[in-house]
Amino acid sequence: MTIRHHLNDDLLIAYASGNLSEGWSLAVATHLAMCSTCRQSLAVAEAAGGALLEEIEPVGSDEGAWEALKARLGREPTPPVQPKVRPASAVIPEPLRSYLGADLADLKWRRVGTAHQIRVKTEDQETQVRLLRIPAGKPVPEHSHGGRELTVVLTGAFHDEIDEFGPGDIEDADGSLTHQPVANPEEDCICLAVTDKPLRFTSRLVRLVQPLLGI
Amino acid sequence: MPAQIKGMPVMEKRSPSPGEDIGARIVAIAASADMDAYEALFRDFGPRIRAYLIKMTRDAQVSEDLMQETMLAIWRKAGQYDPARGPASAWIYTIARNIWIDAWRRQRRPAIDPDDPALSIEPEPDAPKQIEARQSQEAVRRAMERLPAEQIDIIRLSFFEEASHSMIAAKLGLPIGTVKSRLRLAFGRLRAALDEQQ
Repeated sequence: MTIRHHLNDDLLIAYASGNLSEGWSLAVATHLAMCSTCRQSLAVAEAAGGALLEEIEPVGSDEGAWEALKARLGREPTPPVQPKVRPASAVIPEPLRSYLGADLADLKWRRVGTAHQIRVKTEDQETQVRLLRIPAGKPVPEHSHGGRELTVVLTGAFHDEIDEFGPGDIEDADGSLTHQPVANPEEDCICLAVTDKPLRFTSRLVRLVQPLLGI
Repeated sequence: MPAQIKGMPVMEKRSPSPGEDIGARIVAIAASADMDAYEALFRDFGPRIRAYLIKMTRDAQVSEDLMQETMLAIWRKAGQYDPARGPASAWIYTIARNIWIDAWRRQRRPAIDPDDPALSIEPEPDAPKQIEARQSQEAVRRAMERLPAEQIDIIRLSFFEEASHSMIAAKLGLPIGTVKSRLRLAFGRLRAALDEQQ
């Protein structure tokens, strides 16, 4: 499995600096879990953050703060570390698996047209996060993006007129793109889709029922 | 600017840059709850973490609280610090950043679990890389010193001002496309410099 579509530097630096909201960050983290190349790039970005911290102009005096810190250290004992329980194997990587509350085999899908979806809850008001399952060989309705959309493929693959996206690949689409993604014929395509606005479907009929379908 | 924050005097003289022994101090804290090492780490990094948080929050009191939280987290998590994974200053930076996100943005920060069975396989680090990892702190600093000022400014704004590309563009009076391309250029050079070094 070779990943061909990686995080761009904008996304990587926004994530590394903490300036990316939770919904987008979940797509970035899902790609990172599947892509060791981008994990190394993240390490470079965080090393840059560390170097900037070293050369920042220090602010404030130490004495009162050190006494306060020592007092807190004595007062607040180290909380016991809860050992994290991990399954022996898993398909969907962390942190997405915890957001879904289940691994792939135990997900509760909701039918939307020919596809299935699960809404993923976050604290982030600016994005919508969904897991989509597009049946093998089937298209998702043609749409342009009202805003940005990040898509990370978990299993299977999809293609549109321009390109193909397989497991681990991330697509960063802006409002200018109108495309007709189709799942590859071999298997269903499961992907994480994060959008900042409801999608605008080019078909009026689909647009009409969009609120009913909750997409 | 830090000088504009009320009740928070800027240090008159610049503290010496933290030395190469930051990692050794964290290891000493983990190994033997070494208070001297912790105090030395605090004197190097406390005022820097505070400065970073003031840039992010523009609130001196909140910054003081979050700086203390960060220092407590460093004490508690010292055992998780792995020198092979990157520079110690990067580890400290990510702790301060995560505490800022939790407290200030009131959102979770989705992050990978390095021990997750579903994590893709890491290419085996070869022996030379392991040895170089100790020096990577110095390598990052050197690589950043070699960047043109206009590129380092944009990296600094991206990391420390909670600034979107459009805000950086407005601040510097540049088109947003120029900001994006400078950031890409700068980061590309940083990555290349570290790859060469390893």
